[in-house]
Amino acid sequence: MAHLELATDHGQPLPDDSVSESPLAIRGLTVSYGEKPAVFSVDATFRDGSMTAIIGPNGAGKSTLLKAALGVIRPLSGAITVYGKPLRNQRHRIAYVPQRASVDWDFPTRVLDVVLMGLYRQLGLLGRLNAQHRARALDCLDRVGMADFAERQIGQLSGGQQQRVFLARALAQDAELYLLDEPFAGVDAATEKAIIDVLKTLNRQGRTVVAVHHDLATVTDYFDRVFLINVRKVAEGAVADAFTAANLQAAYGGRLATAQIDDLELAAH
Amino acid sequence: MSGAEFVPLSLTPILIGVFTAVACALPGNFLVLRRQALIGDAISHVVLPGIVVAFLVTGTVTAWPMMIGAALASILAVVLIEAIRRLGRIETGAAMGVVFTAMFAGGVLLLERSDTSTVHLDVEHALMGNLESLIWLDAMGWASLLDPVALAGLPPELGRIFITLIGVSAFLWLFWRPLKISTFDEGFAQGLGMRTGALGMALVVVSAVAAVAAFDAVGSIIVIAMFICPPAAARLMTNRLERQIAWSVVFAVISAVMGYVLAGYGPLWLGGTNAVSAAGMIATTSGLILLLAVLFGPCRSRTGAPSEG
Repeated sequence: MAHLELATDHGQPLPDDSVSESPLAIRGLTVSYGEKPAVFSVDATFRDGSMTAIIGPNGAGKSTLLKAALGVIRPLSGAITVYGKPLRNQRHRIAYVPQRASVDWDFPTRVLDVVLMGLYRQLGLLGRLNAQHRARALDCLDRVGMADFAERQIGQLSGGQQQRVFLARALAQDAELYLLDEPFAGVDAATEKAIIDVLKTLNRQGRTVVAVHHDLATVTDYFDRVFLINVRKVAEGAVADAFTAANLQAAYGGRLATAQIDDLELAAH
Repeated sequence: MSGAEFVPLSLTPILIGVFTAVACALPGNFLVLRRQALIGDAISHVVLPGIVVAFLVTGTVTAWPMMIGAALASILAVVLIEAIRRLGRIETGAAMGVVFTAMFAGGVLLLERSDTSTVHLDVEHALMGNLESLIWLDAMGWASLLDPVALAGLPPELGRIFITLIGVSAFLWLFWRPLKISTFDEGFAQGLGMRTGALGMALVVVSAVAAVAAFDAVGSIIVIAMFICPPAAARLMTNRLERQIAWSVVFAVISAVMGYVLAGYGPLWLGGTNAVSAAGMIATTSGLILLLAVLFGPCRSRTGAPSEG
């Protein structure tokens, strides 16, 4: 843990860029759903204690990159290491927040039950759920401002509330590496603020955060590193170095008007 | 009705009906939530060619060859569905539709083209079974339940469906958490390292076992109804999965008992003379329960907020 605290104390990414130290290192990743690859020959090294946005146009393979990193989809080729070791034995160090729209919110269950799913690795198949587990789940709900909703049926939640419940479930996993798939998609302003506050707190505690992100206007405020992708890797680095007009143009092609990029550059400086 | 009449003639058909209904309704809860409810339908169709082939090979209609034939046909169907889904790049529902109609048609064709006139094997039997015939002639009354000699004469279907029910319940109990998590959020479950593909396949296999055991006792109509009607009605009664399971068991038991009684006595009450098929009436009762739940169930409207916002 001393290692992690060091990263926090300076508020800077660690200089060490070696693969063996990285919470998540991807080498030569190619994923294909059909004839065309969704992700092609991508290398990525996410730094310990960093907060990284994965950016790219629709269909650029952002979610696919995350899912492949988690072993949710099987890649055609490529190697994934988590804290320098194969993913298999490192899953307990990762928390994953899938896209909110990927599940059926009419499923018959309560908010608290969803958060308790985050404790599965602790409980196992038949481990007994006790008052401590419930207290921990409630605490996670409290951290995202949803403690009053614990007994609600999940279908009664708004989109923003659903997203917060997903984040609470990830908090219950108490991981070192947080992978989030579009955590800010379609949520209200209050939820966006609540979520980024939680993520920044996690990051201050030395945890690594990697999020697929859509809103280019908030990249500079929310993240310290970016990873630009459009099927192939476009750029990777600190926001100040890699979040540039040239890289955005390369990632988005003609889909991003020059005027939009100019606005972003103004915001960045 | 006295025990001397009820125990030998009605107790075992009712118990077999109840065990069958519950064994199908339990996995049916997850199939319905996974939008795979028609898998029960598919299985009950695809077992037909397996049963006919088993008969053609062995020349008898004894239970074990039939069940092995049915099980092999189910496995073949699952493999075919998966192969067509992958090779044709189409969704599971479409692949299922192709496989189960083709296999059922093949079964009917085999049945019609082969000489099964000497034995009790026909399409009606396959659909409706013959629950009423599963009687316990060795019983003299309630005391026979403690008499080992009489107990040895219990219809073998009762033991088979009871063991199946125990197996189905044990599977759900043991894999409750993975089933619940992966049914709600498959991506998250995979992120936890669960092998959701294997789990989904296990659920289908368990359902197939329940369907085949039920088919043996009561025909395929009841299987289709019990996989869908009690769980669907139960979903409309509660917003908690645990309670949904409990409701589905209650509805399955009510369907089986009421269906059996109505089939035996309903026509008489209406002035008719012949009883109607118990399996058909059990299926009808479960359908009526679902109708009532759709009309009056407390959780029948989608409570979900708009997905945006």
